[in-house]
Amino acid sequence: MTIDLLTVTDLKKHFIIGQKGILDREPIRVKAVDGISFAVREGETFGLVGESGSGKSTVAYTVVGMYQPTEGDIAFRGQSMYGRGRKRRSDLRKEIQIVFQDPGSSLNPRRTIKDIVGFPLRLYGSNEDLQTRILELLQMVELPADYMHKYPQMLGGGEKQMVAIARALATNPSFMILDEPTSALDVSIQAKIINLLLRLQREFRLSYLFITHDLSLMRNVASRVAIMYLGRICEIADAAEFFRNPYHPYTQMLLSSIPVVSDEEEQLKPKKITSRGEIPSPVNVPSGCSFHPRCPRSKDICSREDPALVEVEPGHTVSCHQSSQG
Amino acid sequence: MENDLLLNIKDLRVNFDVFGGTLKVLDGVNFTVSSGEKVGLVGETGCGKTTTMKAVLRVLPMPPARITGGEILFKGRDILQMTSRELGQVRGEGMAMVFQDPTAALNPVFTIGEQMDAAVKYSAAGDKRLSGKEIRKRAVEALKEVALPDPERLLKNYPFQLSGGMRQRVCIAMAVAGDRELIIADEPGTSLDVSIQDQILRLLRGLTDKLNTSIVLITHTLGVVRELADRVYVMYAGNMVEVAPTKELFSRALHPYTVGLMAAVPKLTGGGIANGIPGRIPDYLNPPVGCRFHPRCDQAMEVCRLEKPRFYRVSEDHDVACFLHAGEETGR
Amino acid sequence: MVSAKALVSAQRREDLQRSWYKFSRNRLSIVGLSTVLLVTFLAVFAPLVAPYPEHASAFVDFANASRSPCPTYPFGTDVVGRDIMSRIFFGFRFSLVMGVVVLSLVVPPGVILGLVAGYYQGTWLDTVIMRTTDIFLAVPPLVLALAICSVLTPNLFNAMIAVSLMWWPWYCRLVYGLASTLRSEFFVVSAELLGASKFHILFREILANCVSPIFTKISLDMGWVILIGASLSFVGLGAQPPTPDLGTMVADGSKYLPDQWWIAVFPALAIVLVVLGFNLLGDGLRDMLGAEEV
Repeated sequence: MTIDLLTVTDLKKHFIIGQKGILDREPIRVKAVDGISFAVREGETFGLVGESGSGKSTVAYTVVGMYQPTEGDIAFRGQSMYGRGRKRRSDLRKEIQIVFQDPGSSLNPRRTIKDIVGFPLRLYGSNEDLQTRILELLQMVELPADYMHKYPQMLGGGEKQMVAIARALATNPSFMILDEPTSALDVSIQAKIINLLLRLQREFRLSYLFITHDLSLMRNVASRVAIMYLGRICEIADAAEFFRNPYHPYTQMLLSSIPVVSDEEEQLKPKKITSRGEIPSPVNVPSGCSFHPRCPRSKDICSREDPALVEVEPGHTVSCHQSSQG
Repeated sequence: MENDLLLNIKDLRVNFDVFGGTLKVLDGVNFTVSSGEKVGLVGETGCGKTTTMKAVLRVLPMPPARITGGEILFKGRDILQMTSRELGQVRGEGMAMVFQDPTAALNPVFTIGEQMDAAVKYSAAGDKRLSGKEIRKRAVEALKEVALPDPERLLKNYPFQLSGGMRQRVCIAMAVAGDRELIIADEPGTSLDVSIQDQILRLLRGLTDKLNTSIVLITHTLGVVRELADRVYVMYAGNMVEVAPTKELFSRALHPYTVGLMAAVPKLTGGGIANGIPGRIPDYLNPPVGCRFHPRCDQAMEVCRLEKPRFYRVSEDHDVACFLHAGEETGR
Repeated sequence: MVSAKALVSAQRREDLQRSWYKFSRNRLSIVGLSTVLLVTFLAVFAPLVAPYPEHASAFVDFANASRSPCPTYPFGTDVVGRDIMSRIFFGFRFSLVMGVVVLSLVVPPGVILGLVAGYYQGTWLDTVIMRTTDIFLAVPPLVLALAICSVLTPNLFNAMIAVSLMWWPWYCRLVYGLASTLRSEFFVVSAELLGASKFHILFREILANCVSPIFTKISLDMGWVILIGASLSFVGLGAQPPTPDLGTMVADGSKYLPDQWWIAVFPALAIVLVVLGFNLLGDGLRDMLGAEEV
């Protein structure tokens, strides 16, 4: 039976970025993540899709421990990640790792690949056999051994990401968060990295939280997909179902506007829905359903009431007053 | 026939002098754009597409870059031989560039109005000594063309007050405001969200259709050119390796590099991603002899290692620079 | 198969060659480097290369006083008959010592405070450190130096203290700016997430990326410190006669302008040479250590 490795319950992360008014001093809140729940099963890839302002990166950063949740809980292997005093359990540092979006800034330009990959090994293991273990890690990500002595600037974008992956694997994690790992890379290199990640997943029975804005990529990577908009989840479903049968107008809108390369793919896209207007900033979240100003199906109730997550098919939930099959 | 071409790059060669030697980046680039045509230029990082466009605009940093051969003909005249005065005219009147990052392309300390004014003034329209009012009018018209709401008020805004999508539209407005004939768009919308990028691309297509402007669309995303371009060039390591009308390219890609690229794109149909193209882009200090792609090509033949293939015309407007298809060449 | 060791040394050699290439592209940087090397050589080996080493201390030879430049005395002699050129060579010693000592005193605390303040930006630590820095910076530099020197006995050592006290805030500011930006870089976050010690983060991750601007500034500062030191000596608050300090020499010689011009002019030119040399060297260092090109 596959267990739930990561369980996120009603997670909220708000940032206070200033104050409104002189007398009232009301804090300006950015509701980056505003109440989301999902679970990632062992060995599975859970996909989180969304555009800018959706909060997907904030979710990643909170799960990995960069931020403390404002409200809600995150549990790992059934146990809350936060112990006494809301302090994150330190054993999680090894178990949960993250690969960042920008390979250029995730590696220290003043340290060699050997140092970068060896550092977590030294922190969490002994100094014996360091060289061997570093070489093993490099081999795992298909990088040649002589890259050990190079500096990050001498590597291409894809290779830098491979080093970042090797570094993440150094602590033997069971859960990896991949925050747009290939967005900055060319398509042929992206293919290499994605296939590497899938192979590593099979080999080490890893669970992935995969974040991207590229829906076509998500189709080929995730087993379950959730789509976020302004801090909330609009729709969650198994991948095939999500792409075949989207209910939420935002999902349908995004799917209808992705650029594809073949006619067969064109057939699979839902009917074209043009997006109206700009994406609002998470400082000014619209009332009711946050998507209503841009939604072609918006009715009165949408601007007043926040829709609840409703199961429309087994395993497929949608948060929309006007949801219907695309 | 050749004289109808708006832009005609012939056998362009550009080198860069760096530590360790000379990078032979562009190795005989051939590229044409006709009046009113939408041409896509697809290539991955390091293939030289940006260098090519910078050469066209003559904004390559001249040391370390050196143009060692070829011609760039704009409306029949060689840009590389022009004086800076003539060049200023061509740049202002004939060509405009829309950059990848709209935030970086707009000066944060000037209002949109001031920047639009400059765009109009230094253009073909500006040559007719327009009054301030006239310039303003054209600016507002351009902003309307790009579907920006409330253009008069927008002119008073500063770039930071606009969203990314709006800034990109302003950049496009600046490009069309001056009645220019050629717009070079470098990865438009890449830094923007998919829904906004979609809007921008449709805007570009609509605009260029309406104003009969030619557009060169540079990108590394194949899906984008499929939506927007009439004809697509594929570039690899300083050479054009294939060119065809869009439909033809996507249904019948011939060059092994193009084929590899198409396979590597994740498909909405699912089924996993093909494993990319083995190897790395060549070292420009010592580029491979013969076809620059041969070290990574699984169908490389003996001749590929020795000689460099030229364009072979395999069907209507479809050229491939590959010995595998040399035999399919139809009458020239 | 090439051994790892051989690869590493080959890599190092290539890195050095590339650094030299970047440095040497600007001819003036080479001029700067040569000048600094020359001055250092003359300073270190002054007793051996100076034609009249004994003229550097108390020495009189009124027979040869105020001789204009000639083959025996290439830069002429001063009013008590001392060879100007030899004294300049010895003068370089004091200049360099001034620069080295001041910067050694100033750089470590300035950098460390800047690192801490930058990394903990927004906290009380930041406020305390940076406001203290602001206080020191609010006082006009020369005024501060003059004030300190006039309170303490005027000599070279106290001049160095005075200059140090007004100089450290600049390094603090420089590193503060760098550290506060760098702390949000993903490689720093990565180290934090792994649970690295603060020491590691501050020194191995952040400081390592500040090294270039710091060294460039050090080189440019050498020139400035020497100039300030010379200014202090010029007004009598630094090295005292008969020490052959360049500033003191200019001060002494200025009384005899314009007739015996060589007594003031040559030491002044020597100061210009040293300062210019370090400035040009600093420019070259900035080119060399600057952002990596792709």
